[in-house]
Amino acid sequence: MHNLTIAELIRGLQSKEFTSVELTQHFLDRIGSLNPAYNAVITVTAEQALKAAAAADQRLAAGNAPALCGVPMLHKDIFCTNGVRTSCGSKMLDNFIPPYNATVVENFEAAGAVVLGKTNMDEFAMGSSNETSFYGPVQNPWDTDCVPGGSSGGSAAAVAARLAPGATATDTGGSIRQPAALCGITGLKPTYGRVSRWGMIAFASSLDQGGPMARTAEDCAIMLSCMASFDDKDSTCIDREVPDYSATLGQDIKGLRIGVPSEYFSEGLDPGTEKAVRAALAELEAQGAELVEISLPNTGLSVPAYYVIAPAEASANLSRFDGVKYGYRCEDPKDLQDLYTRTRAEGFGEEVQRRILIGTYCLSAGYYDAYYGKAQQVRQLIQQDFEKAFASVDVIMGPTCPSPAFKFGSKGDDPVAMYLEDIYTIATNLAGLPGMSVPCGMVDNKPVGLQIIGNYFDEARMLNVAHQYQQVTDWHSAAPEGIL
Amino acid sequence: MSNWDTVIGLEVHVQLATKTKIFSGASTAFGAEPNTQACAIDLAMPGTLPVLNKQAVHYAVMFGLAIDAEIGKESAFERKNYFYPDLPKGYQTTQLEKPIVGRGNVEIELADGRKKTIRIHHAHLEEDAGKSLHEGDFRHGVSGIDLNRAGTPLIEIVSEPDMNNAEEAIAFAKKLHSIVTSIGICDGEMSQGSMRFDVNVSVKPSGSDTLGTRTETKNLNSFKFMEECIAKEVERQIDLIEDGGTVLQETRLYNGDTKVARSMRSKEEANDYRYFPCPDLLPVIVSDETIEELRRNLPELPDARQARFVEQYSLSDYDAGILSSDAAMANYFETAAEKSGNAKLAANWTMGELAARLNNEDLSIANSPVSAEQLAGLIVRIADNSISGKMAKQVFEGIWAGEGSADEIIDARGLKQVSDSGALEQMVADVLAANQAMVEDYINTDEAKRKKKLGGFMGQIMKASKGQANPQQVNQILAKKLNELL
Repeated sequence: MHNLTIAELIRGLQSKEFTSVELTQHFLDRIGSLNPAYNAVITVTAEQALKAAAAADQRLAAGNAPALCGVPMLHKDIFCTNGVRTSCGSKMLDNFIPPYNATVVENFEAAGAVVLGKTNMDEFAMGSSNETSFYGPVQNPWDTDCVPGGSSGGSAAAVAARLAPGATATDTGGSIRQPAALCGITGLKPTYGRVSRWGMIAFASSLDQGGPMARTAEDCAIMLSCMASFDDKDSTCIDREVPDYSATLGQDIKGLRIGVPSEYFSEGLDPGTEKAVRAALAELEAQGAELVEISLPNTGLSVPAYYVIAPAEASANLSRFDGVKYGYRCEDPKDLQDLYTRTRAEGFGEEVQRRILIGTYCLSAGYYDAYYGKAQQVRQLIQQDFEKAFASVDVIMGPTCPSPAFKFGSKGDDPVAMYLEDIYTIATNLAGLPGMSVPCGMVDNKPVGLQIIGNYFDEARMLNVAHQYQQVTDWHSAAPEGIL
Repeated sequence: MSNWDTVIGLEVHVQLATKTKIFSGASTAFGAEPNTQACAIDLAMPGTLPVLNKQAVHYAVMFGLAIDAEIGKESAFERKNYFYPDLPKGYQTTQLEKPIVGRGNVEIELADGRKKTIRIHHAHLEEDAGKSLHEGDFRHGVSGIDLNRAGTPLIEIVSEPDMNNAEEAIAFAKKLHSIVTSIGICDGEMSQGSMRFDVNVSVKPSGSDTLGTRTETKNLNSFKFMEECIAKEVERQIDLIEDGGTVLQETRLYNGDTKVARSMRSKEEANDYRYFPCPDLLPVIVSDETIEELRRNLPELPDARQARFVEQYSLSDYDAGILSSDAAMANYFETAAEKSGNAKLAANWTMGELAARLNNEDLSIANSPVSAEQLAGLIVRIADNSISGKMAKQVFEGIWAGEGSADEIIDARGLKQVSDSGALEQMVADVLAANQAMVEDYINTDEAKRKKKLGGFMGQIMKASKGQANPQQVNQILAKKLNELL
């Protein structure tokens, strides 16, 4: 059952080939036996899941079940779950049990999905390797000596290891696409404002966006149709009808203009990765798409701009974790200053502290214009790059990240090397555009991701292109050794 | 003449009278149990997000229209970062670069009738913080945090340093109070912190063009404290400079109970607030249509109301000015005037007996035990001569004490004034007959001094009537009867 896609599971549940309770128990068993090797899931809600599955079976029997009724899934531990610990991968929130659900969690609940538990992640979504989690790193199911990517590494590894058919994730600078690429699954970061951020613990508010992870584009379409909604609790959420993304997956891609930015194939790109991505582009060309050389000249500025804007916003977003109201509090503070200092020094990990310091510095009197002000200007330039490009192409494609999964610790001492991991993904966050990663090959038995960037609210087209590609290739169905 | 000029600017925090908070649906009502009116957003729980209260935006625009200011059609919220336990997010969401209200003007009138325009630099929207309850207010050895107030919408009004003495500053503060209560955007309850004043004071040698170093005294919540604080601070700065010292730029606190001011933090200790645009909120767009609609529906402003009171109720400029300076008082007066049909008496009683009594008990007119309708009932009985002025005061006390309406109290206490002329004539005749010696004395007194003698007869007559004789009528009858004897 664990090799079935979400689309197949829905059909199986509706035709009563298996019950949701059977399915849920099956995945819970897999989490029980396999998760210790991967550390992808950090909270298992077995009792609640089985109860929800039993309720789903009743609805399925009654014949009026909603879209995802009875389908098991996982939530990234950044989404608040009412009554279930939501840690954001941090010691700071190790004891935090929200009294409310994120809108994304509500949406899946309304669609009848069964939540198996919460997935591991880089602390406060800050990281590209899942090494910054308070709960320890996640192992990549393709090679347990390698990272799964981050920050949604737990969700990506769980889907790759078939611990769940789909999982929610978030992407601030590549945190859906990069781990999807490194774990050989499909992941989509929607247009900023498409998915509500209510109840999604903020890292960098102007960049954060939730999205689905699954093995196929078709499954991502099913999940996104449920995940996206207009939410008046999030002022940045955009009031725009959510299409049925599954309904538009059958279109051929003849005449599709694919922009191929030269900046995405320059130095630093692993040759094996380039080869796999070029092969994928050739395959799409063979299906009738047209490849157009384009330039995104400010790509090189995206990483520096991002590492000003994201930490600046984070430095304020994380100020609420002060030991006063909830979460971690240091032992026996001697005064207020001591309470703040030790709570935050003990409760936050090194990378989170680094970014708070960077952000605080960038916003300081005398530095604001040189850093934050300049970064906002760069952000506009990057947006303009994409605007120009989309005047002549329908989608943009390139590698998701420069190389396949790397070994634990290999970039741990060099934050800049780690930050460059997101060089191809960050620009879309700065522009607010949707981006996707689709498995497109292997290098040394490790997956490679093809990135598809769309215009604003063009998720339906991106999903269709990815689906068409997956109709003629089978990289997405490859499984890590020992998984089947 | 002093050798020093004083320069004063005010920053005024006005709590907006919205039902719910600026970024959440929690109630803003005053006086609830601690932390019962703070929702997940107010507590800055992870993942929660702000949603702007439109009513707060409209109230801010109304203020802008009331002071004839430029309205920021696209204003923006920023985060002001600092750590304090009663600031749940670790930043205050406020406006800096793009405030909702731009430059405007407020005209004040001084005791000598002189008028002066105080320029408003801008006014911006922001959220209030919670309250820290320190030892003494709370348990021994523990500080408590009450977040009920956290997220209450405020406008902060920033004036130019256009005031030169405490009188001007108080007049300006009172005028702002009058404006915001008149247009209904603030309840004006100073004792509950609905309006709080930060006073910036500096002194410079008379006639100098260079401003001195200023201090800022924060969070004054009464006009009296403000006046005391300005006087003390001006004196302190002048003494300091005259003794060869220099004024330090600092933030100060004034304790109205102990009358002691102290330094809170110096410029060096000031926070770097690291303002930046709040990414959780969109720019606030106010359309021309909205502005025009708010302008059309803007309640009467104090100056217009004063003019109307003079015109409509034939009040003096001075009385109309006092009555229109406080919206609640103005509304009270108008109700009393209309229900009683006697504006002059309504004005006198509102400004006189009622205001004095409220002041003694430290009550606002909104909480007056005597309603405008009840006062009108009393005025009707004064006007129709049913009761004397002296009786009216007794009746007023009765209404204050909750004994009922004027008529009920007059009945219950048997306070009806005797105005029946037949009965009064008899009463006067009886008193004259019983006091022949006084009558002789009156007749033998010089004409010029006779008037003074009338008091003695009045006293006897009022005594005989148990105080219920109509004094004006008695006066007339008495004069007539005595003159007949001459």
